[in-house]
Amino acid sequence: MSRRILITGIDTFWGSMTARSLENDPSIDTIIGLGTSDPKVELERTECLRADHNYSIVSRIIKATKVDTVMHTFMATETSSFPSKMLNENNVIGTMNLLAAVGGSRSVKKLIVKSSSLVYGSSSQDPTFFTEQTRRPSPAKLKIEKSIIEAESYVKDFAQDNPHISVSLLRFCNVIGDNITTTITKNLRKRVLPYLFGFDPSIQFVYEDDVVAALVFAANNSLEGIFNVAGDERIPWSEVASIAGARLIPLFAYATNIVSAPLISTGFVKVTPELYDLMKFGRGVTNSKLKEVGFTYSYTTPSALAKFCELNQLRKNLGSAKPEYKYHKDVETFFKHSPAVVKETVKTD
Amino acid sequence: MEKTSKPTVRKSTETKIVQLVEKSNSNSSNSIRTSDVDRWGRSESTREITRKIFDPIYSKYFRAEWDGLEKIPAKGGALLVSNHAGAIPPDAPVIMHGIEKELNRPVYGLADFWFRTLPVGGTLWNRAGGVTAHPSNAYGILHEDQQLALVFPEGVKGPSKLYKDRYQLRRFGRGGFVEIAMRSGVPIIPLAVVGAEEAMPILTRISSLSKLLNVPYFPITLNQVLLTPFLGPILGTLAYLPAKFKIRVLEPVYFDVPPDQPRYSKTRILDESENIRTRIQDAIFDMLAHRKNPWFG
Repeated sequence: MSRRILITGIDTFWGSMTARSLENDPSIDTIIGLGTSDPKVELERTECLRADHNYSIVSRIIKATKVDTVMHTFMATETSSFPSKMLNENNVIGTMNLLAAVGGSRSVKKLIVKSSSLVYGSSSQDPTFFTEQTRRPSPAKLKIEKSIIEAESYVKDFAQDNPHISVSLLRFCNVIGDNITTTITKNLRKRVLPYLFGFDPSIQFVYEDDVVAALVFAANNSLEGIFNVAGDERIPWSEVASIAGARLIPLFAYATNIVSAPLISTGFVKVTPELYDLMKFGRGVTNSKLKEVGFTYSYTTPSALAKFCELNQLRKNLGSAKPEYKYHKDVETFFKHSPAVVKETVKTD
Repeated sequence: MEKTSKPTVRKSTETKIVQLVEKSNSNSSNSIRTSDVDRWGRSESTREITRKIFDPIYSKYFRAEWDGLEKIPAKGGALLVSNHAGAIPPDAPVIMHGIEKELNRPVYGLADFWFRTLPVGGTLWNRAGGVTAHPSNAYGILHEDQQLALVFPEGVKGPSKLYKDRYQLRRFGRGGFVEIAMRSGVPIIPLAVVGAEEAMPILTRISSLSKLLNVPYFPITLNQVLLTPFLGPILGTLAYLPAKFKIRVLEPVYFDVPPDQPRYSKTRILDESENIRTRIQDAIFDMLAHRKNPWFG
């Protein structure tokens, strides 16, 4: 049976890397990518479309393309690359529009939502490992946390109201990798890591390849419910710096953004609001539920970090920056649709 | 049903670089780790330093003496339950040190999350084996890791009580420790400790200061009154009086219920909790009846 997938958030690392991975699967007939800007990587057969900031166009696309799987990867889980004003528009309104569109179609059988372990928060009252069912002990204060929690609540309601659609909600912990840019990778690439003086909490990473593999796994298997995605083990913040060979830059633990303003505003260290609590109390989630349904992680927390450092070091020594991919609409359209391009037939063995 | 298709990345300049350094085994995280901090935050090397510093206090100053240490299993999880006393309770380090020294196996001390909010001290507490007393943490230590965990069911009410109430056990919470032992399928080993009350007796508490400083209680101790003139205010607050420590290990309590149940009978939990509390209380009275004085036992 041929499958048709719509990936929303094709302009994010998550969406574009997943699309690229799915392109290799011959059983997937059509991949449509929807994003607010151009895709980040070169895509061979994904049809890319532009959407407005709250994805109001999505219902027309689903109706027209009759996709059976919808992947929601545009949830912002980091404020560093995202203006905070747009958080609500993107995460909450965007999710709402997407769910309305999926609910209104008769073709969609599966919905995969990318979320973040930010929903558990980070406080002194936390357990060392959150399971998918653990309720967060501290109330959400951050804009980004609130927006993701609200979006998740819409998804949960949607799953209840539409039992004929299989809904998987994947909560990713801090992602690290060669292609993804997060506040932590920005710091580590500069060989620095801010920390709050007197605190050394343990944190958890998941490698970007495992992120993509988990999304693909969700698309290929029926995973209903909530799943944490995180590498095994937790490592102390200070050890992150020592493995990465980064210098620890102390910040004052109270009123940090005022007291340590010179370090932060000059860009010497990068700190985002969601990092303050993490630097104080850390966060850990259990990953056993996803393992039990058959997923295998390629990296643990320390090996994910080591891999990131290795590739970073290699780039540095080669002296070449990461090749930036520039999307050229006319060229891409030519490759995809021009009769002049000789297409290789996809093997279906 | 189709099995996972691993993301096969296409060959581009970028991925060639990736392939260059692709290691056959990327999962050997042991060689990557630069510290020995475990998943609960405990570090054996930090513990070793702590033990070196604390051992003279344990054996020379408090002259800790155990009775029935053989009742603590050498293998497998067990929940140690003890009475709790002294303004800055010395019973936790004494018990943890004693077991690690005598039985050579780690003990995780479950305590209030308040410790985690302390800069520096909170980190040291965690590295030395302190873990937030959350049911899922206790389950992980006892059931998954099959280790020893120490818990004080009286909570803050134990060490914050005044000297005139010494050795009068407070309420044992809501019996959560019994439920966690049942769920983890491990025995409870009750401990009765004598000496902690006299090591730092509380004369009075100032509740307005505890609110102001965001601490669970603000005690005025005998130590402060006696020692501040000689040691100054900081050491005078932190130094213990040389009370003689005696720890008695009581018969372990095994529960004939299956582990991993979502719920256990509340009646049973409260009965068991009260039963353990009574046994510890009786043991303490017995030990006190045979004690000549607090300093020489």
